[in-house]
Amino acid sequence: MPEAKDQCVTPAKGIIAPPEAASASAPTPQMKEAPKMLARVGKPAPDFELPAFVDGGFKNIKLSDYRGKWVILCFYPGDFTFV
Amino acid sequence: MSAVAVKYPEIKALGAEVLSVSTDSRFTHKIWQETELSQMVPGGVPYPMLSDQGGRVGTAYGVYDEEAGVDIRGRFLIDPDGVIQAMEVLTPPVGRNVSELIRQLKAYQHNRATGEVLPSGWQPGKPTLKPGPDLAGKVWKVWKPENAF
Repeated sequence: MPEAKDQCVTPAKGIIAPPEAASASAPTPQMKEAPKMLARVGKPAPDFELPAFVDGGFKNIKLSDYRGKWVILCFYPGDFTFV
Repeated sequence: MSAVAVKYPEIKALGAEVLSVSTDSRFTHKIWQETELSQMVPGGVPYPMLSDQGGRVGTAYGVYDEEAGVDIRGRFLIDPDGVIQAMEVLTPPVGRNVSELIRQLKAYQHNRATGEVLPSGWQPGKPTLKPGPDLAGKVWKVWKPENAF
């Protein structure tokens, strides 16, 4: 059986601000607001950490942990849909 | 998503990882995997299924539909440096083409390895172009539009 992962799952960080944006807004943590970054070709992919179902268990997944590999990131409207 | 799962061995062999994202919870992902996806693909989908509840990650990638509250179909090809090389976004009724995704992956990997550029419709084995002053105005000598098909 799959190994037991994080049972309760620590809250994932969601969108992770690039370092310069984080330090620019030093005193007030602003990342609770809706992120304005927009993905563009030729630009760094916005980093994030999200909870995931993987290998039969639950685990947080961070995009930047995949540095050094090609990543295919696929969004889709919802589970149990058909296309 | 199951179409990607079927081609996953080929994608994996090319050194790429797949991450799927929707606004469903991780618990919904688990039940979908167990009740339906595992019926479509032996063993179910082999890649992590991420939960973007609230759509904040989808917003950053420009694929979150606030009215419907879901992430629409968007596919992003990210290179080993974390840079987005290609993206494809479709409205809900039409699914993506996994073969085209794999073609683009191979083309970007070829470019990264050789510096050659890949003209329209390129497939492995087809003519490539070596960019430089010598090629200016002479592409017609080495590449014909028919090569795109």
